[in-house]
Amino acid sequence: MNTLNRRRVLGGMLNGSAVTVALPLLNCFLNGNGTALASGDPMPVRFGTWAWGLGMAAKIFVPKKTGPNFDLPEEITALKPIRDHINIFTNVTAFRDNYENLCHYTGWVISRTGSAPKDSTEIPGETIDVTVANQISRTTRFKSLTATSTGDVRHTYSYENSNTPNPPEWSPLKFYTRLFGPEFPDPNAENFTPDPKVMVRRSVLSGVMDDTHRLMQKVGAEDKARLDQYFTGLRHLEQQLDQRLTKPEPIEACRPGAAPEADPGMGKAQEVVAARHRIMTELMVMALACDQTRVFNMAYANAGASTTKPGYEKPHHTTTHEEPVDEVLGYQPTASWFTRRAMESWSDFVSAFANMREGDGTLLDNVLIYATTDHGYARTHTLDGMPAFTAGRAGGRVKTGLHIDAGGTSHARLGYTAMRVMGVDTPSWGTKSNNTSKEIGEILV
Amino acid sequence: MVAIMKSGSSGKKEGKGRVHMFIKELVPLSRGHVARALCGSAMGLVAAFALASCSGPASQDQDAAFDAMQAIIAGEPESEGSPARLRLISAEQYINTLGHVFGPDIDLGSKFPPLQRTNGLLANGAAIAGVTAGQLEQYQRTAAGVASQVVDAEHRYFLIPCKPASDEAADNECTAKFLGRVGRLMYRRPLGDVQLDAAVEKAGDAADRLEDFYAGIAIALEGMMIGPEMLFIVETSEPDPDRPGQQRLDAYSVASRLSFFLWNAAPDNALLDAAESGEILTAKGRARVVDMMLASPRLEAGMRAFFDDMYAFDDFDSLAKDPLVYPSFTGVTVADAREQTLRTVVDHLITKHQDYRDLYTTRSTFLSPALAAIYQLPAPPGWSGHEFPEGSPRAGLLTQISFLAVHSHPGRSSPTLRGKALRELLLCQPVPRPPPDVDFTLVQNPSSSYPTQRDRVSAHLENPVCAGCHKITDPMGLSLENFDGSGRYRASETGTLIDASGTLDGKEFGDVIGLAQALRDHPALPSCLVERVFSYGSGGAASPGDRALLGYFATHFATQGYKLPELLRMITLSKAFSKVVEKQDPSAPPAETASVLPLQYAAEPLN
Repeated sequence: MNTLNRRRVLGGMLNGSAVTVALPLLNCFLNGNGTALASGDPMPVRFGTWAWGLGMAAKIFVPKKTGPNFDLPEEITALKPIRDHINIFTNVTAFRDNYENLCHYTGWVISRTGSAPKDSTEIPGETIDVTVANQISRTTRFKSLTATSTGDVRHTYSYENSNTPNPPEWSPLKFYTRLFGPEFPDPNAENFTPDPKVMVRRSVLSGVMDDTHRLMQKVGAEDKARLDQYFTGLRHLEQQLDQRLTKPEPIEACRPGAAPEADPGMGKAQEVVAARHRIMTELMVMALACDQTRVFNMAYANAGASTTKPGYEKPHHTTTHEEPVDEVLGYQPTASWFTRRAMESWSDFVSAFANMREGDGTLLDNVLIYATTDHGYARTHTLDGMPAFTAGRAGGRVKTGLHIDAGGTSHARLGYTAMRVMGVDTPSWGTKSNNTSKEIGEILV
Repeated sequence: MVAIMKSGSSGKKEGKGRVHMFIKELVPLSRGHVARALCGSAMGLVAAFALASCSGPASQDQDAAFDAMQAIIAGEPESEGSPARLRLISAEQYINTLGHVFGPDIDLGSKFPPLQRTNGLLANGAAIAGVTAGQLEQYQRTAAGVASQVVDAEHRYFLIPCKPASDEAADNECTAKFLGRVGRLMYRRPLGDVQLDAAVEKAGDAADRLEDFYAGIAIALEGMMIGPEMLFIVETSEPDPDRPGQQRLDAYSVASRLSFFLWNAAPDNALLDAAESGEILTAKGRARVVDMMLASPRLEAGMRAFFDDMYAFDDFDSLAKDPLVYPSFTGVTVADAREQTLRTVVDHLITKHQDYRDLYTTRSTFLSPALAAIYQLPAPPGWSGHEFPEGSPRAGLLTQISFLAVHSHPGRSSPTLRGKALRELLLCQPVPRPPPDVDFTLVQNPSSSYPTQRDRVSAHLENPVCAGCHKITDPMGLSLENFDGSGRYRASETGTLIDASGTLDGKEFGDVIGLAQALRDHPALPSCLVERVFSYGSGGAASPGDRALLGYFATHFATQGYKLPELLRMITLSKAFSKVVEKQDPSAPPAETASVLPLQYAAEPLN
């Protein structure tokens, strides 16, 4: 890497055919302090989401103290190692307006789209990760990466529209192969020989695009939109091929390691889910370190979580409804057990970013993660008093270590804040009562 | 068989030259089947013995059956028809199609995410689903893998019908012969000259640049396999000459609709030939084609796909039980439980050609060692047929592990989930969502005062807010309580004898056998199948205007003894099957999108 300098690298890239590739995070691109690119531009900031199911029990989840140095009540003690890397938001509301409260659906949909769904068939607009990916992640190998710890390919919170979910990676082995299998452009490989098949493959792809254009002339507006989306996918394939013609620049932190030995067993037992979550997290973090994408989604649980506790007959969701509130404790102990396990995985997730070195800091310095759930108090399906988190400093644009009492404000304000931080130039986000043009200023630097 | 097909290759159509590969599954193996398949077709020119049997008793039977079916179709109520759809090919259809084009030994090595369940079927989601960049990337990887296998040393000499002049350069003539042939099979219609020329040019360019004829073929093939006409099933319409002012599917669209419906794969050469000649648009021609398809062994794959969809067996993909509670229920059990039901369905409906309703009372099934552990029976290695004796509590699909275990919690049974599945999957009766503001204190934790599920869920029925929905699901779900969450029989729960009495829409019964009989006799059981089959076959949910049509089909399904092949024949030969209606204004939500279940909700647990 030391034999390279900025002029040589940039010159090489501009003389090649791939001027559109994302700039990898090569240290020779960084300024002397390792805190910014040599051009003076800040390090690229990545955006991600994380999701857990069934909210929390306010009595043991909501910190008493707001602002910095907030306390960690018993349901979130697992967050101790990451407290100063995150912000916790409580008393957030998902306004359903005049639509029905669709259990385990309305809440998360508002948090991800800014709008209440009119029925359980609707995702009212692309989800926030799609919007941000269109802004910041068009040029990386993957526009976004989505994974779930549940092992169920149906569990996603990322939608292009109602009929087009971004299906998640559910098998760590398959995820590894997709990321670091034979097509992985290893930035630290000693030799680089462009595959001559790539150029001809690109030429064939242009023929496929011509066919698509021809077909688009023959179909109605709705189908045309679907074909247009497919065409966007072809463009992305084309871009991936372009990238394979250019030697990727070394990235010190990019060390994928060996594939996982085996997938964890199927099922939603908490230990299995946590194990799957850990492996998926490692892969996701390495994908970001290798600059394979700049937008990612991780689901710890599906909405209305079906996680199970070995030996306990009911899954998390049913537990929230059927377990009595313990008269002494004042909460549902097993339901809380599930929430505590979810918070442990959230802590694992953020820690993995904090432990990955990047420049003079860590990956977490250059990331904003937006974590959401489906309800406030799941037992009664509340859409007020909802919790949410952010993690990471987004390249220095966001403060961390704060507890914000959102005062009943719309969940969309948090989403809007995240979008603005990620550079999405939109004057407002959300519809009806969730519409907002005001960020949550307390967390902005 | 091969000899007959090779004789066929001397016919006019170029596509018959390699029928040993492309049509090998098409014509069934028996002499009678061969004769029926050849009668009336262009291919019939070649086999004298087959021609002789065209005028025999089988032919007379066919004529009578044809006339009877035409009489039914003549009385068919006017339907709205369905739109000419642009359907995303399902992963299984993609894989089946490539498997049939290039042979089963080509490893596809991929698993794609499912479509979204819409109006009870995943297949209905195909007409509205989009493709994301990530999914396309997956298709591309599969396509590249298949293309490289097609041209590898092991396959190239029998999959590619000609040898190039040089292995190291383009050969446009040979390339055109190959791509024209496989392109027709993959795109389900002949490639236009412009399209074929462009593909040949790309392959030739690649071959010259890579100095490898076969590499050029592979790359062009890869492009075709991710092309829009491969990934989307494009239906097109034309004016219906028999019904002025109306539109119908064109011949190739009919061939595709039939083939994806009955075989869950793209049409083969014989079907495309029937489209090319226009035969498939005539009453007799369509009847011949449908009979040939129904007689084909490929019908089994098609109907397995249909019932797997109708029974929501995609739930099996993520099914697991708590090993502490159900140690006998393993990953092998999961796979075998699904297979058991599909084997039972195929055996009952296709092999034995029996009454659909009896599927819910039959004592005939198949067992594997993994299942035998839960059925508490001895079983030899592999699969074997099994007859549950009279007096056994096992009768019909409701008592199979597939139904009992999927519609339970990981650690306990669920009368509500089972009742809900019975209503929604088998009777096409949607159960309302639970309201958000339910007071759950009445049904909280099992305690000594709730020894059985019946005691526990009875609280639902006493609470007026809960009772509204739970009365729809619980009274029949409770009759399955003799089976735990893994499907194993139990006489008691926590030491208390289980009361398995119940009701289904006014019919009372004392145990699960009574429930099975009540379901078997429920009028919604066959009509639900009719609705699902029609939706599945025509590629989208039936519209409200099709109520009379579906009623008519249901009536004739009954008069024909509730036999599945007859239902398939009636629907595929009906006018409604190929009638095309203009697509609805997008501002008014079309019927088929009305109950799309986004993935999250579809998988959401119910209490």
